[in-house]
Amino acid sequence: MSLLELKNVYKIYGELHALDNVNMKVEKGEWVSIMGPSGSGKSTMMNIIGCMDKPSKGEVLLDGVDIAKESAKNLTTVRRDKIGLIFQQFHLVNYLTAVENVMLAQYYHSIPDEKEAMEALERVGLADRAKHLPSQLSGGEQQRVCVARALINYPEIILADEPTGNLDEANEEIVVDLFHKLHDEGTTLIVVTHDPEVAEVAQRTIVLRNGRVVKEVQNQNFTGKIHFNEEGTHVTKTDLKSEEEIQAEEQAHE
Amino acid sequence: MKKRQMYFRMITASLMRRRSRMLVALLSIAIGATVLSGLVTIYYDVPRQMGAQFRNYGANMIFTASEDTFTLSDVQQGTALIEADKLVGVAPYRYENVRVHESPVVVAGTDMNGAQATSPYWHIEGEWPSADGQIIVGANIAESFRLKTGEMLEVSYTPSEIASGDEAIQDTVLEFEITGILDTGGSEEDYLYMSLTDLEELTGEAGAIDVAELSISANSDELSGYAEEISSTVSAVNARLVKRVTASETTVLTKLQALVLLVTVVVLALTMICVATTMTAVVTERRKEIGLRKAIGASDTSIVKEFLGESMMLGGLGGILGSVLGFVFAQQVSIHVFSSSISFMPALVPITILVSVLVTGLSSLMPIRSATEVDPALVLKGE
Ligand SMILES: Nc1ncnc2c1ncn2[C@@H]1O[C@H](COP(=O)(O)OP(=O)(O)O)[C@@H](O)[C@H]1O
Ligand SMILES: [Mg+2]
Repeated sequence: MSLLELKNVYKIYGELHALDNVNMKVEKGEWVSIMGPSGSGKSTMMNIIGCMDKPSKGEVLLDGVDIAKESAKNLTTVRRDKIGLIFQQFHLVNYLTAVENVMLAQYYHSIPDEKEAMEALERVGLADRAKHLPSQLSGGEQQRVCVARALINYPEIILADEPTGNLDEANEEIVVDLFHKLHDEGTTLIVVTHDPEVAEVAQRTIVLRNGRVVKEVQNQNFTGKIHFNEEGTHVTKTDLKSEEEIQAEEQAHE
Repeated sequence: MKKRQMYFRMITASLMRRRSRMLVALLSIAIGATVLSGLVTIYYDVPRQMGAQFRNYGANMIFTASEDTFTLSDVQQGTALIEADKLVGVAPYRYENVRVHESPVVVAGTDMNGAQATSPYWHIEGEWPSADGQIIVGANIAESFRLKTGEMLEVSYTPSEIASGDEAIQDTVLEFEITGILDTGGSEEDYLYMSLTDLEELTGEAGAIDVAELSISANSDELSGYAEEISSTVSAVNARLVKRVTASETTVLTKLQALVLLVTVVVLALTMICVATTMTAVVTERRKEIGLRKAIGASDTSIVKEFLGESMMLGGLGGILGSVLGFVFAQQVSIHVFSSSISFMPALVPITILVSVLVTGLSSLMPIRSATEVDPALVLKGE
């Protein structure tokens, strides 16, 4: 049984099919990238997998349980116990320090443990920033606090919606590196990204367009690291197609 | 770390680190608490204040003779029936005819402290007598005889029962120091005032009291009770109320208290509206944070607990501030309106804080309920 399975999932807003008959499976321990142009339904899908929204139609099986049928209260429990979330805007509670933000996830999950929260910050290389407020941290540092918060309760799945969208290359590398370590530890990762560099380090890439899965690519040379050549420019190592190619393909298809 | 510790750490962090925002909310609560505790203080102090005000317009009970005469000991017997802390002052008056510069004048023997207490509106140019041998003179007399404060004045008395026979009439003459001129705008200006002891020395006899004025701090029911009791117990004395003042005192009091109560209710309602509005703004402003908390696993119950905790802590702080400022406010009102200071009521501090916490919590309930309706998906929706 797959850890996560979407069966004929629709999300319909009036006329708009934000998700249009999506079928997808994610195995335990897998690292999957979701790509697609803006408005293609990536965030909508993440919200549904993350138990923050329900599909209009279809089944969403997490550990064999259809979360599309659960009550809002049960969804909160599932989200708290099984899912770690990372967002593009590095959302932190702005009046809590880095370590308090991490402890917040523990607080809702079970009991806060400052020592453990400090260890998580250490993992993301921010032990010396623990007492800083979000406003005193750089964007990259804030996102690393979010990563520490997402992993603190040992979730089964980490969902990241454009986690590197607002980061510079150095921080992007740190975050991807952390994903790699989490993957090695057996955490399932689903990462939404615009960035082919980030997408290709995953085992598999799923491409969405107008709410439909239009492409699935098994990344042949999965390493979990971004590779740079001597000039510091990025070297593409997969057969991922560009936007234009996908568009051309689609038009040919229709 | 316990969950409770983290809870308090969170809500204090929210209040302390978002100080400028919370200050507005705190201010509205503190102002509400100030006005409320101030008005309650005044509400309870008004009877005392108003009583003092009305007593400023004179005595509210007088003793007269029931048959022929009564004496100082009858007065003392009567006042002994009144609770000591309710008796503001007693002024017995004994009137005698004397002569000043060969002209007839009426002198009133009294107890100077008592007269001062029962007639606080008397305006004295100079000083009240502080020892025997000192007198005050009414403004009319002072004018007729061109008397001034600080001068000595000879007062002569002719005994009424002149010894029979041919013996020449022997007047008693004593010299007094004028310490003040009495200015009331009334008939008091036609008299001389001296102590009963001086008058006794001048006349050579203890003599009878003509009238005694009393100022008593009590409502009209209590006053009637005292009057009846004194009249029946002390046979020589007939105690009567000075009706006009005591009756109006009670009606004005009731009206004033009703007014204060009304204002209190209005202020309470305004404070609740203000707190509810502020909390609605706070919740709206923090929608993202609420969404985030929910996204990372907060249940509706914990969201309610956190916001209620914050608002109740604010309520407590506002209550502490309000009970201090409320006393200052009541004190200022009292000084400026009633020209007297109020007594601090310690019991009002915990009551103000408790009411403030409850009112804040209560008026936050609706806005906080709307906080639980925030969609956690909001967080993923960029912008
Ligand atoms: N709450 C909503 N109401 C109406 N339309 C929505 C709502 N949320 C998303 N959409 C629409 O659904 C489509 C997919 O949105 P989204 O999943 O956010 O795209 P992506 O994350 O891939 O950029 C968009 O056209 C968006 O406008
Ligand atoms: Mg999106």
